[in-house]
Amino acid sequence: MIKSKHLLGIKDLTSEEIYHILDTASGFRDVLHRDIKKVPPLRGKTVVSLFFEPSTRTKTSFALAAKRLSADFVNFSVSTSSVLKGETIKDTALTIQALGADFVVIRHPSAGVPHFLSNILDMSVINAGDGANEHPTQALLDLFTIQSRKKDIKDLTVAIIGDIAHSRVAKSNIYALTKLGARVRLICPPTLMPAEIERLGVEVFHSIDDGIKKADVIMTLRLQLERQSKGFLPSLEEYFKLYGLTSERLKLAKSSAIVMHPGPMNRGVEIESAVADGPQSVILEQVTNGLAVRMAVLYLLAGVRK
Amino acid sequence: MSIEILDSKDINRAIRRMAHEIIEKNKGMSNLCLVGIQKGGVILAERLASQIESIEGGNIQVGKLDITLYRDDLNTKEEQPVVKRTEIPCSIDDKTVILVDDVLFTGRSIRAAMDALIDFGRPAYIQLAVLIDRGHRELPIRADYAGKNIPTSFNDLVQVNLEKENNKDKVVLISEQ
Repeated sequence: MIKSKHLLGIKDLTSEEIYHILDTASGFRDVLHRDIKKVPPLRGKTVVSLFFEPSTRTKTSFALAAKRLSADFVNFSVSTSSVLKGETIKDTALTIQALGADFVVIRHPSAGVPHFLSNILDMSVINAGDGANEHPTQALLDLFTIQSRKKDIKDLTVAIIGDIAHSRVAKSNIYALTKLGARVRLICPPTLMPAEIERLGVEVFHSIDDGIKKADVIMTLRLQLERQSKGFLPSLEEYFKLYGLTSERLKLAKSSAIVMHPGPMNRGVEIESAVADGPQSVILEQVTNGLAVRMAVLYLLAGVRK
Repeated sequence: MSIEILDSKDINRAIRRMAHEIIEKNKGMSNLCLVGIQKGGVILAERLASQIESIEGGNIQVGKLDITLYRDDLNTKEEQPVVKRTEIPCSIDDKTVILVDDVLFTGRSIRAAMDALIDFGRPAYIQLAVLIDRGHRELPIRADYAGKNIPTSFNDLVQVNLEKENNKDKVVLISEQ
């Protein structure tokens, strides 16, 4: 059912493939609740992570997912490696392949690097974030979390608030949610909204109060502080005042609405602490679900043979 | 060519006999837990359980076990098999667990099932109940309770239909010529 052995982006997946990954993930969620949280299907396989940007949660999540499937996991440390000595990414990747890896999980600041590698490698390439392009496993775990809380994703109203322009999480979620028939609203300051984004089938709001009205799901995005030196925003305080998700604003959404955040959070910038820790927050559930989803992805890609 | 080898009545008789054998061998049902192997064993386990309950009275625990992740042929299949639910409702430590499957063939599913089960605890005994034993074992495994032994050739197909409503039950042997 899964056609490609690479997971490069949600854009390339059909809705059937997305549902197949989510169904498989629910089988793996059961495994995570057992005493013995390890199953044998990927015995003898090797997963290597290659991260050109800092990450703890995604890398740890992939490492645990691989280990719980009985695969070996090795981190190829970019900051202490030959990359610093000027090796090209192509040579680094070919080296990892020559060492006998079956999967490479890659994060890179430039969009398209995973696609480039998938054309020259025999092993499976999994995109763990490429520039402002995509972060497919994050969108899959978000879908899985929504599905487990709301049953049917179709026709839900999902509001995504934050720095849309720099967010690969937003991009992957827009592809994923629209493919499954949800109504997607994007809320952010005009300076952070990509031009013509409506063409992806979303609604654009510049006022958070209008955007979250009657929403079923609210996704707050991390304001990427490291990318805010270019004058997109007057100040973080003003951003919180205009776009921060507060308990007061949350009342505008449906009372059953869930609040999500991909982490790491900037409390008091994009989300108020009371909301992040409140009863509607499913933020920690997302983290647990991420493991099940990544196990499902590794398991399914291992079965695609060419 | 396809032949119906068991009809609904035959199947009921077989299940009833197996239920009696299970009770006799284990001297009652107090320490028993039935675990059906997905998918074919799950309905059979439920049917066996309600038969045992109607003979002995009381309740018997029934679970379901998915063996997909423990199969020995994952590296050779065209596509990854679908992962189904596993639900073990009680602790299996020191229990007598009866694994239930519809057809016993090479024995490889049972090997996988025992590995999967042992990840949940340490049963005192594991016993095996199957509706059809069709031979061709590739591993040293045998059934403790069998509904019917049927000689088959290796490439035949044995199809077990256990509908929720009894009257559509049947076992069909499909052979190539």
